[in-house]
Amino acid sequence: MLTSVAIVFDGLVYASWLFTVSVGLTLIYGVMKILNIAHGSLYALGAYAAAYLVGAYLGGGYPPLFSYLVLLAAAIAVGAFFGVLIERGILRLMYGRDEVLMVLVTYAVFLVLEDAVKVIFGVDPYFASQPYGLLGTVDVLGLPYPVYDFGLIALALLAGIGVWWGLNRTRRGKLLTAVIHDREMSVAFGINVTAVFLVTFIIGSMLGALGGAFTAPKVSVVPGIGVEVIVLAFAVVVIGGLGSIGGAMIGALIVGLARAAAVHLLPQAELFVIYGVMSLVLAFRPHGLFARPATRKI
Amino acid sequence: MTAIQLKSRCSQRAWVRRASLAAVLAGTFALPAPTAQAQDAGTLKIGIVTFLSGGAAGPFGVPARNAAELVIEALNAGKVPAPYNTTGIAGAKVAPVFVDEASKQVVADYRTLVEKEKVDLVIGYISSGSCKAVAPVVEEIKRLTVFFDCGTPQVFEEVVTKPKYLFRTGAHATMDSVAAARYLLELKADVKTVAGINQNYAWGQDSWNDFAAAIKALKPAVEVKTAQFPKIFAGQYGTEISALLASQSEVVHSSFWGGDMEALVLQGTGRGLFGKMKVILTTGETAMHRLGAQMPEGTILGGRGPHGNFAPNSPLNEWFRKQYFDRYGTWPTYPSYKMALAILGVKSAFDKAAKATAGQRPTQEQVIAAFERLEYDSPSGKVRMALSNGHQAIQDTAYGLFHFDKNIGQATLVKVKTYNAECVNPPEGLKSADWIKSGFKGAKCN
Repeated sequence: MLTSVAIVFDGLVYASWLFTVSVGLTLIYGVMKILNIAHGSLYALGAYAAAYLVGAYLGGGYPPLFSYLVLLAAAIAVGAFFGVLIERGILRLMYGRDEVLMVLVTYAVFLVLEDAVKVIFGVDPYFASQPYGLLGTVDVLGLPYPVYDFGLIALALLAGIGVWWGLNRTRRGKLLTAVIHDREMSVAFGINVTAVFLVTFIIGSMLGALGGAFTAPKVSVVPGIGVEVIVLAFAVVVIGGLGSIGGAMIGALIVGLARAAAVHLLPQAELFVIYGVMSLVLAFRPHGLFARPATRKI
Repeated sequence: MTAIQLKSRCSQRAWVRRASLAAVLAGTFALPAPTAQAQDAGTLKIGIVTFLSGGAAGPFGVPARNAAELVIEALNAGKVPAPYNTTGIAGAKVAPVFVDEASKQVVADYRTLVEKEKVDLVIGYISSGSCKAVAPVVEEIKRLTVFFDCGTPQVFEEVVTKPKYLFRTGAHATMDSVAAARYLLELKADVKTVAGINQNYAWGQDSWNDFAAAIKALKPAVEVKTAQFPKIFAGQYGTEISALLASQSEVVHSSFWGGDMEALVLQGTGRGLFGKMKVILTTGETAMHRLGAQMPEGTILGGRGPHGNFAPNSPLNEWFRKQYFDRYGTWPTYPSYKMALAILGVKSAFDKAAKATAGQRPTQEQVIAAFERLEYDSPSGKVRMALSNGHQAIQDTAYGLFHFDKNIGQATLVKVKTYNAECVNPPEGLKSADWIKSGFKGAKCN
């Protein structure tokens, strides 16, 4: 009984982390057809900025309860700044090229940003753990869970609903959907695709940085935290279908629950579970669970 | 000016520009590359490989590099206390060449160090993965190499069973695990259940296997509740912590290091893991000063040997600690100690070999002969090259409980227990796992 409940809760917490971290990646791919490997760097930059700013904020003696707003502000600032820098500075020059080439370009950006992080922040770890413990714990059948983790579930839901609502219920979102379906036709209809790309990339970067910023209080922020995230985010996004927000949510849930089950029941399999799920899904649905059927252009 | 005159002026300028560019390029390539110079007899070139970037840099690589710079400069100035108070190594000045272990091509970098940079010897390697990869190449290339930190016993037990050019001055993980088991049982004789969380690679697996086997050998009634193996650098341990809490084990063993260990501490304290269970962090000493008051009181910490706060008092230790603190503003932890003792071990071997060669630089073969079965002093006490035909070091080790002393504002260790080397290291000729299973045959504990 306890194990089943623990699996469900742990699965949800991990799934919410996975989703927050992957939704930006799938959004950028869906709109721009670019697999953004630099997403991992945005995550790392978000974490570093959050750790640094929270440290400065709490060191200044301000009320700890608002440190969560500092985390949010760090994510938005990092996402906006680096989103504009990368999109305007590098990606804009490469549009229309082969998708594989774009992956190499974003990988190069990732490598550059990894070293930039070391130059700016050094190699020593950063800690910002006060926000994590501030809200206390909640007892679930005898297992303590930090309220912060449930907050992360809420954050993931908000992010998911926010992106979905933005895409489906606003005018700009509908324009974005049009661009997703057919870029050339959108241009022909007068949609400012360049601006759409910029806004999408900024939002995607902010979401990546958001994942990093809200993870920072739970970990020690060290060089290299972005690397792990790319592989996991990629796996989740592929399971759900590249470009599908709902797919990313379902993919994150499946992976989170499967991994939690493995950790509790068969720890040796934990390392393999995410790739096992990915292989299984791709064996039956090669484009992911919610992949859009792609129309063929003549 | 006519058009033709203008054109010839322009092409003249272009020609001048091209010529100067060519001259600059020629000059750059004509400058002798420092590595291509012939070795001068008065310099000993040592390649030093540690993590200078990535997650392992902060807790291990950088402290090790700092210690290397400190000790080498002091050696070159003849300022190290006795018995190392002669200048340089066998009279030669030491010139270090630092290489980043995080390069993802450790073997290729090792070959470059030896074949292109032509170093006289290599000291390095923190990750067990690097050591396993480099060890066979050392014997193939035939260059004296000293592993200073990596912990897996597999280096001399599986990978290179008859080493000639390879030495390891750091004791291996079996010592850490066996001492942890002994310390735990002395602290809590009535322990019935244990659990573990270790990184899923050679170091984590070997550490856990040795600890579980040692506990079982010392007290067969102990039950293993769960053994978690998350991916290295995973960073998120919520699910594993739930599994540990749900298992209701009394003890948790972890060989986590660096960012993973710190994340485990932060996430575990948030959920009461450290309050409910006795946690053993076998590499915890590296984080005690950095985490400070955030490390939970009473956590069992190990330092991979009698290093850092575990080091016995001696003039050499006092000198090392003072020099390190004055220069770097923080106390040296075990990676710094292990690097220092590796360099001093090399000096001991060279100096011993030089006694027989009347001042001439000894050959590599002579140094190797001197290094085998060598016993020498270090800031953390005596080091004895006693295993694997004199190529693997053993040392005493110690464990203690973490205590943050608010009066002095510093992290300290209490209830420290030292274990002598023969108690927690396997004897010559016996593999670690077999030795533990046999009930520690031949162990001499005080």
